[in-house]
Amino acid sequence: MKFDKPRSLGEALSILADAELEPHLLAGGTDLLVEIDTGRTAPPHVVDIWGIPELHGIQREAEGVRIGSLTTCTELYRDARTPDILRDAAWEVGAEQIRNRATIGGNLGTASPAADLTPVLFALGATVRLCARRGDRDLSARQFITGYRSNALRPSELIHSVWIPDRPDDERRAFRKVGTRRAQSISKLVVAVAFRIEGEVVIACRGGAGSVAPRTIDLPVLTREILGRRCTPERIAHAARMSAALDCAPVDDVRSTALYRREVFARVLVDLLSR
Amino acid sequence: MRHVGNRVARPEGPAKVEGRAVYVDDIPRAKDEWVGGTLRSPVAHGKLRCIERGDFDFSRVVVVTAEDIPGDNVQALIVDDQPILCADTVRHVEEPIALVAAPDQGTLCAALDALEPRIDPLEPVFDAERSQDVQSEISIDKGDVDATFEGATRIVEGEYHTDSQEQLYIETQGMIADPPTADGTITVRGSLQCPHYVQKALRRAFAVPPEKARVVQCETGGGFGGKEDYPSVVACHAALLAHASGHRVRMVYDRNEDLLATPKRHPSRVRHRTVVADDGTLLAMDIDVLLDGGAYTTLSPVVLSRGVIHAAGAYRCDNIRIRGRVVGTNHVPYGAFRGFGAPQVCFAIERQMDRIAASLGIHPVVIRQRNMLRLGDRTATSQLLKESVGSEEVLRRILAHTGFDRHEWRKERSGNKRRGVGLSFFYHGAGFTGSGEEMLKGKVTVELDDDGCALVRAGSTEIGQGKNAMFTAIAADALGAEPDAITIVDPDTAAVPDSGPTVASRTCMIVGGCLDKACRTLADRVGGDPNTPFRERASAFVRGGGDAVATETYGSPPGLQWDQNAYRGDAYPVFGWAADVAEVEVDLTTFDVEIVRFVTCVDVGHAIQPQIVEGQIEGGTLQSIGWSHIEVMTAENGRFRQDRLATCIIPTSLDTPPIDVLLVEEPFSNGPFGAKGVGELPMDGGAPAIASAIEDAIGVHVTHVPATPERLLEAWLEAHPDDAFFEAKR
Amino acid sequence: MIQFRLNGEAVSVDAHPMARLLSVLRRDLRLTGTKEGCGEGECGACSVVVDGKVVNSCLIPMSQIDGTEVLTIEGSGHANIQDHFLAEGGTQCGICTPGMIMATRAFLEDAEATGAAIDEDSVRAALAGNLCRCTGYGKIVAAVLAAARTEGDA
Repeated sequence: MKFDKPRSLGEALSILADAELEPHLLAGGTDLLVEIDTGRTAPPHVVDIWGIPELHGIQREAEGVRIGSLTTCTELYRDARTPDILRDAAWEVGAEQIRNRATIGGNLGTASPAADLTPVLFALGATVRLCARRGDRDLSARQFITGYRSNALRPSELIHSVWIPDRPDDERRAFRKVGTRRAQSISKLVVAVAFRIEGEVVIACRGGAGSVAPRTIDLPVLTREILGRRCTPERIAHAARMSAALDCAPVDDVRSTALYRREVFARVLVDLLSR
Repeated sequence: MRHVGNRVARPEGPAKVEGRAVYVDDIPRAKDEWVGGTLRSPVAHGKLRCIERGDFDFSRVVVVTAEDIPGDNVQALIVDDQPILCADTVRHVEEPIALVAAPDQGTLCAALDALEPRIDPLEPVFDAERSQDVQSEISIDKGDVDATFEGATRIVEGEYHTDSQEQLYIETQGMIADPPTADGTITVRGSLQCPHYVQKALRRAFAVPPEKARVVQCETGGGFGGKEDYPSVVACHAALLAHASGHRVRMVYDRNEDLLATPKRHPSRVRHRTVVADDGTLLAMDIDVLLDGGAYTTLSPVVLSRGVIHAAGAYRCDNIRIRGRVVGTNHVPYGAFRGFGAPQVCFAIERQMDRIAASLGIHPVVIRQRNMLRLGDRTATSQLLKESVGSEEVLRRILAHTGFDRHEWRKERSGNKRRGVGLSFFYHGAGFTGSGEEMLKGKVTVELDDDGCALVRAGSTEIGQGKNAMFTAIAADALGAEPDAITIVDPDTAAVPDSGPTVASRTCMIVGGCLDKACRTLADRVGGDPNTPFRERASAFVRGGGDAVATETYGSPPGLQWDQNAYRGDAYPVFGWAADVAEVEVDLTTFDVEIVRFVTCVDVGHAIQPQIVEGQIEGGTLQSIGWSHIEVMTAENGRFRQDRLATCIIPTSLDTPPIDVLLVEEPFSNGPFGAKGVGELPMDGGAPAIASAIEDAIGVHVTHVPATPERLLEAWLEAHPDDAFFEAKR
Repeated sequence: MIQFRLNGEAVSVDAHPMARLLSVLRRDLRLTGTKEGCGEGECGACSVVVDGKVVNSCLIPMSQIDGTEVLTIEGSGHANIQDHFLAEGGTQCGICTPGMIMATRAFLEDAEATGAAIDEDSVRAALAGNLCRCTGYGKIVAAVLAAARTEGDA
């Protein structure tokens, strides 16, 4: 196994640009070490990016918040600049030991369908900045996740940061993780929504969900069924049903059943939209 | 009693909190030590044709197969049906086929990868209902059940299911074996509950007398029954590799192997048909118990026995028929887990009692008060309850504490989060069943040294339950000594007598009782002025040539009668009694169950160490709470699906409510200082109390544990089809 | 060579950068007080404190230990927290205890630094990454609360 530990972003990008074998990026280690230990991954080349200062920390920018990809869940939930539902989600990741190492970039990078933070990033319309020696590019979180455990990251790139636009004052946001227990759990389903109501009419709605499809999903059917409509209990129930039917594609696995996931997804959506 | 009833420090406590306690994998690696591993079957049933050797230099390792076993290829326990290594027919997934020892882990993995068992698959059986292979069958008959059913006006029927459960000791199974010494002595040390069980297994595997098979217990990181029988398997494997390689061999399972290959709680199906009078009096009980035993008999007949004896619950009824059987399937053998068959049947009878109460429109407390066993009553096996019957007192105390008798059970509730409260009432026989203790003849030896200190030699193991502190308190008070004069010798078959296994809630009551008597014998011999410190007197006694050794062998209290064929008579020396009240909140969005409050009231005879007793009760109760709604353990094609701690779920501190423990002390005349067994009892009542509380909250009759959110959702939607977003596909 | 401070002493070890901290502690440095329960960050038995934060040492590659301050149970001596675990009955089989104590230590130090509340709820949240199968957690929570009350006197 080839191993590199760059001390700066520039050094890391050079290593990635020159790499011959597809490198595995090591952030907080909470996923990759298990993958290696259980024999599911035997990476030929590991690049440990944990020591790159430019990738840590949260900063205010003109119209949003920029969160370094190595920002841990502990840092996220403790920072007042983190949007509320992202803090809620970060708090529900693992337990203290995991939150001290699990990073927002790692959560995106593994592209697990059960990732807890990614659905929130979808709901918040977050943008992911990818860095490479030949230049940066920004993708929406939605575009970044491309499938089951796959993302748009090229071998020469790393996740630099996540940008979250400032929230409108009248936006309502809600997050719910349904897990196998109250802490240290992997989700059976996870749902996040951000929406705005003017008068009684929904004027904006964006959602994200995990563990209900082979990848983290956004909720276009929910948006379609509720945007521009009066936010009545009947409309919410209808939209939730349609979203559960068409946005979700759940399966039976060791944590839960497809039946439970679809039904409870709809029930959770109703709960979140009715708050 | 100065130390019994007052806190005595755990002798091994400081080492545990400072990280100095030596568990098996903490033993420093010897210079020429090797590591051992197991080649296992990928299929549940088949004919083993051969083990193909792939591209690997096998001269670097040692491979052991069935034909290399010096003694019998039998995992000695109850029935000789389980081989140490599969020789022809594979009967379960992960069955051991060959063993490999290598100088290091990498070489070991490469060697195991290069071995390929060739197996012609056979049709497996996974459904216990359809199995024709009866491992054991037990019947209990009392009174005339058929006649009562014939004239019955009110019959309540119910069918109840419980799934398996993983012990989940946090320290995995592990053993270190030394190669035979010049005189042929084999030594293994490891994580275990029953050193003399392991010794028996080694004797058979190596065809050696007991003194040539030495077993040493390391500090043991939890057992809960999971280290009753399986350590014998690991020990035989490690010892065979040490024997074949000439090296010390370490075998420590990783969590994945431990979860996949080791025994768990027997899944059960229990049917009840009960004839009830209009006032709720039980007139006849017809009970059918079915356990899935898995691929080999292991301890299943004994688990079934305890299950059958407890199947009618802590209730009085003149006409009882119980039919129990445990059948073979191609699942990994199920085995011992705290409660040992009782939690399964306790869940069923307690749910049945609630169902009877509901059918009569009477309160769950009333149905129990009307039928509970009291002093002077006879149990299902016609055992006369002569003393130490805390039944009325535990119920009285828990009602006074919780007010559950004033709670309107199953009242229609509203809102999206619904609270409910439930009760369970139960008992658990302490010690071995029937004449078990009589046949076992557990021994304890106490020895005084020149300094007047007492060495306690017993085969009972410290597995966290507090045996060391408990024995220290008993010995100190029985001798009239201070705890610092007592040393509990660590279990080592070369240094301690066979006190019987550390199982069945028997360590305090049975072995502690022997210890009490042995100490009193010595105290009498030492004699002298009680105002003089014991050590001084004892030291003078020993230096004066007094007989400093006392051995006590267990003898049953007079008058106990047990008919093993008819399953009639005194099934246990005594019973522990308990009641639980659980309050839950069910979220109708997700069907998550939050345990809001849990109260348990337990008759322990006498609490030798109250804090330790509470710890046992709280821990056992949480295992039962976990099993009730979040601990899922299921097999698919014979393979356990929950094969990592990410998927094998037990409660965290956040899943756990505060557990209030109320102790009742109805002393048992034959137990040390009045104490009786408590280890398993707390495992019996949590699941039915929570199921009852869920039923109270949402009106769904819970008949299957764990009552997962998935199961509760389905039951809810069946009862409330209008509330469903989607039609359930069945 | 990877250099770091371990229980207050400078150490350097020759380890693969992807070697797990847990393995290095237990095998190379013979510090076996840190236990392995699962190897995947679920049970917390391997908890140690790195730069003031509690982590699962089974998930930390040695490359990320270079230059850090690591504290294990062996460096915690026999102190206030340990006393309360014994007094309250917070240890039974003991295999989870070193991890529990390290998580407790990080929690109490963090609470002191940030002024965060120490109550039953926050203690249960702080220990949620440490599985115990023996105690039902009640006596562990009691031990941590008792330790918090007397921390100033220790």
